[in-house]
Amino acid sequence: MSDKGLKRLSLWTMRKGQRRSAGVRDSAAPGGRVGAARPIGRAGTLLRWTVFLLVACVSTANSQGFAGLGTTVSDDFAVPQRNTPFTFPEDHGPHPAYRIEWWYVTATLTGADGRDYGIQWTLFRSALRPETGPGWEDPQVWMGHAGLTTPDAHFVAERFARGGVGQAGVTAEPFNAYIDEWRMEGPSLSDVQLTAQGSDFAYDLQLSTDKPFVPQGDEGYSVKSGGGQASYYYSQPFYEVTGTLTLPSGPVEVTGNAWLDREWSSQPLSDTQTGWDWFSLVFDSGERLMGFRLRDTAGPDYTAATWITPEGDPTPFPDGAFAAEPLGETAVAGRNVPTRWRVQLPERDLDVTVEALYPSSWMETAFPYWEGPVSFTGSHTGRGYLEMTGYE
Amino acid sequence: MRRTALSALWSHWRRHPFQLLTLILGLALATALWSGVQAINAEARASYAAASEAVGGTRPVLVREGGDIPQETYIALRRAGWQVTPIVEGWLTSEAGRVRLVGIDPLTAPPDIAAAGTVLEGEIGDFFTPPGQLIASETTAERLAEMDLPPVITAEGIAPSLAFADIGIAQGLLGMEGQITRLIVLDTQPLTTPPLSDIAPKLTRRDSGGQADLARLTDSFHLNLTAFGLLSFAVGLFIVHGAIALAFEQRRPVFRTLRALGLPARDLTLLLITELLAFALVAGALGVALGYLIAAALLPDVAATLRGLYGAPVEGALAFRPAWWAAGFAIAVAGTAAASAGALWKIARLPVLAPARPRAWAMASQATLWAQLAAAGALGALSLAAILFGSGLVAGFVMLGALLLAAALLLPAVLSGALALASRGAKGVLAQWFWADTRQQLPGLSLALMALLLALAANIGVGTMVSSFRLTFTGWLDQRLASELYVTAETNEEAERMVAFLEPLADAILPIWNVEAEILGAPAEIFGVADHATYRDHWPLLSALPGVWDSVAAGEAVLVNEQLARRERLSPGDRLMLPGGALTVGAVYSDYGNPLAQVLVGVDELVRRFPEVERLGYGLRLAPDRLDAVRTALVDDFGLPPDKMIDQQAIKAFSMQVFDRTFTVTGALNVLTLAVAGFAILTSLLTLAAMRLPQLAPAWALGLTRGRLARLELMRALMLAALTMVLAVPVGLVLAWVLLAVINVEAFGWRLPMHLFPRDWAVLGVLALLAAGLASLWPAVKLARVPPSQLLKVFSNER
Repeated sequence: MSDKGLKRLSLWTMRKGQRRSAGVRDSAAPGGRVGAARPIGRAGTLLRWTVFLLVACVSTANSQGFAGLGTTVSDDFAVPQRNTPFTFPEDHGPHPAYRIEWWYVTATLTGADGRDYGIQWTLFRSALRPETGPGWEDPQVWMGHAGLTTPDAHFVAERFARGGVGQAGVTAEPFNAYIDEWRMEGPSLSDVQLTAQGSDFAYDLQLSTDKPFVPQGDEGYSVKSGGGQASYYYSQPFYEVTGTLTLPSGPVEVTGNAWLDREWSSQPLSDTQTGWDWFSLVFDSGERLMGFRLRDTAGPDYTAATWITPEGDPTPFPDGAFAAEPLGETAVAGRNVPTRWRVQLPERDLDVTVEALYPSSWMETAFPYWEGPVSFTGSHTGRGYLEMTGYE
Repeated sequence: MRRTALSALWSHWRRHPFQLLTLILGLALATALWSGVQAINAEARASYAAASEAVGGTRPVLVREGGDIPQETYIALRRAGWQVTPIVEGWLTSEAGRVRLVGIDPLTAPPDIAAAGTVLEGEIGDFFTPPGQLIASETTAERLAEMDLPPVITAEGIAPSLAFADIGIAQGLLGMEGQITRLIVLDTQPLTTPPLSDIAPKLTRRDSGGQADLARLTDSFHLNLTAFGLLSFAVGLFIVHGAIALAFEQRRPVFRTLRALGLPARDLTLLLITELLAFALVAGALGVALGYLIAAALLPDVAATLRGLYGAPVEGALAFRPAWWAAGFAIAVAGTAAASAGALWKIARLPVLAPARPRAWAMASQATLWAQLAAAGALGALSLAAILFGSGLVAGFVMLGALLLAAALLLPAVLSGALALASRGAKGVLAQWFWADTRQQLPGLSLALMALLLALAANIGVGTMVSSFRLTFTGWLDQRLASELYVTAETNEEAERMVAFLEPLADAILPIWNVEAEILGAPAEIFGVADHATYRDHWPLLSALPGVWDSVAAGEAVLVNEQLARRERLSPGDRLMLPGGALTVGAVYSDYGNPLAQVLVGVDELVRRFPEVERLGYGLRLAPDRLDAVRTALVDDFGLPPDKMIDQQAIKAFSMQVFDRTFTVTGALNVLTLAVAGFAILTSLLTLAAMRLPQLAPAWALGLTRGRLARLELMRALMLAALTMVLAVPVGLVLAWVLLAVINVEAFGWRLPMHLFPRDWAVLGVLALLAAGLASLWPAVKLARVPPSQLLKVFSNER
């Protein structure tokens, strides 16, 4: 499929929620070879998932075969390269030369009422072209997702904005990432206020840490498939959180942990990779684990993980070291989604059962997926976040 | 039995195919006029609805009185949580016409904004980034093709005369960079948002941003059309009534025989009802098809009128709408029922042994005349009451309807009186017979003559109104458009340079600056006027306080247009609340053709109240012989594009063109109504001709030749038409007065002086005589050629 088709498909998906829910076919793509039979949700998710633009790139990749992947990225978008160290605070800001980027916060919280909660705050950037422009001409498009999960409910809100006019954007220092009134803002990315609201919920949290940012993969170069697709990826998994959730029943004071993921790339995934299961686990003992599984119809799943010590030293694990196996499913939004998992990392003697706090944590957005807080027991105990895409 | 009866009844139509044709054609014509008008109305309303939907429908909007919204304000609102989406709106103008350009932000626009779906089918990047794309319906796209614009994508279901573009692209095309026309408030808002006054104190929230105003504004126009349609239908029903009455009369022997053979009265009535129903359906189908043709023929003019007069977006093409098909059939059936009720009633009660001899159609019955007079009196009283105690458009139309019906009912009595008077003065046997015979025929002809009266009166009334309007309008344009040349700059900065450039060239440079605002809850325009002799000498004031121009210049008083004054019952000396504080109404001026309320303030006062008013338009006073020189200087030396200036003559020509188009439809309907009336006369005369043979036979036997008799018949028809015409003049003038002084005021907000146009009446009189003459020609020729044997039979036969 041409790149035109890509834009059409992905932006269409992004805006028109109603089409997507039936499993958006690539109806907008003439010829339809792309995912003619494949619902978008699985069309090929880069990293934590697919958003808007990358979706249809998959097809480009496919038509060229895996090997030529890096060169098939069209439109002169920049491509992640190995051995490119991060420079902070600049890298906290946007990278408009790359096709897609996000600022992704999840937090596991405990209320003054003793109940468990979780929140998600995400700002996505998507570039129509690898550049910025003045005013409405700016080809950068922004999307915000907010979620709030309680043991018996899940709240969702989303926002869209054009770049260039001041409705959404990110500045690295002092740090400010915003879309409409939603903000992640503070003197630095280590000390920010995080706010978002929907029509029936709101949260206002203070996130701070003195720990370093943690590069994922090979010094921040995170490979996503055997074919070599990769992204730049770093995290801040050590935020301590205090603040207030506003629920229909009233405000709740909360404390807890938050985890930030920063990731940007231009490369698509393999055509046969249909979806993604991503875990961020915080152990009661202070360690952290990031692990994901990319489901592949053509071969074994691709997995990767990073073990992070309480001091913030990462140890990446290659494909196959990390394993996640569904134990039980929940019917949500007309499909079955695994919400109980067995997660293993034998090299660290990890073997735990992960369970969703609220199994129907469905993000009913223009591009829907499952995302919610979890807790785990077994060889280790603790809490974390689970994200799953591509379940139809 | 029933089958036999049916075939017996049907045999009548086989023997009288022309009568059948009359019946079907009359009904079809009546239905056609009615459903044609309905089709036009439905089409126009659908266009308004589509236009309204396209730009946010019934959602509340935020607007800034007196100007556009700075884009920063929009961003500030979004950053405060307000879920609003920006709309920028303006007109693209070319020789091919005007197209409303709506700029949207597809990312924040609600999905139902018509273009949003279309936009996103396409390639969003091409929509966003220069040169961008326009999205419009096919017809609009053709019009846009004439202009130098971004590529146009055609799409189904976009309202006529409307084009969508990305907001950034639209801002560029409209020269409105950084400006937003209004903000649509989305359905879903977040948990907490600060009050509007904290974020954007200059914005006000309005409940509907759509084109509901348009529907309200054009209501009166559609009511006018509907009234015309109804009038045509009423006239058409006269024809149907005549045809049915004749058919029943002629079939009396058949009915009697059938009843004598044992067919129950109930069955007979049912059979007749079935027969009529079949006719009604056939005629209904014909009528609706004919109506479609009429509507399709008239719609381009109506559309042009609505666009010109109200800026309402209506295409000249007619869509198929099942609703008015159904309505057309319903009205055809209802009309048949109304026209045949009396005849059926009589058949149902027909005694078996009733005499076979048809009752005289037409015994001049004093009682009937009295009853008609009484009804006319009652309707006249109703009409009077409506005008004295009623108010509003509906009262106006009730009054009109009652008046016309009263006049129609009065007609037979007046004619009868006139004929009685004439016969008293008649000398000689022949003359006496002529008058007496005419009176005798009157009841048979009266329905047709009533139809003629209505048609003539409507013609006179509407014609007088249109001509009065035109006369007033022309004079008013001359006063109002006093400046010789009107120029518009692109930006305030260019305007300043232009004024400096023109200073030595023009006698005076009069700013024409205005803002759109809300006055007393309705949309209005506020104009600033300079303190200049041009206004003092020329502005068409209806009433004023002394020294009004001085107090306007001092910023103490305002002038309001007649529309606003009538709506809010303002007169000079009253206080009027305006944005920024109340002022005294100094004068009321006439402002024809403007649907909006308008206020004039001193230009300094305007700038004080609305500092950001765009200072782009100017009127130039020049010696007429220097007009071309100044034009050339502006284009060549200053570099103003020629389309940014327009001279007085061009504006006047354009205004008159709009005006004339407005009444094209009225004229067409007038002609159609008159044609229907002529047809009614024809059918009545044909009806009478058959029945009158026994009355004419003795005159023939006494020595009058058939040719002489035929000429007398012709003369009679002409004389009756002339009498009707004479009566129609006063009725038409009253109608005109009601239209000018009641309907216009209610519908448009202005009252027009009435002028009389006797020459038009003469023309109409000739037309009426022509119609009557033509209608009676055929029966007369038939009479002239009737075989003597048939006349003789009258004496030999049973009857």
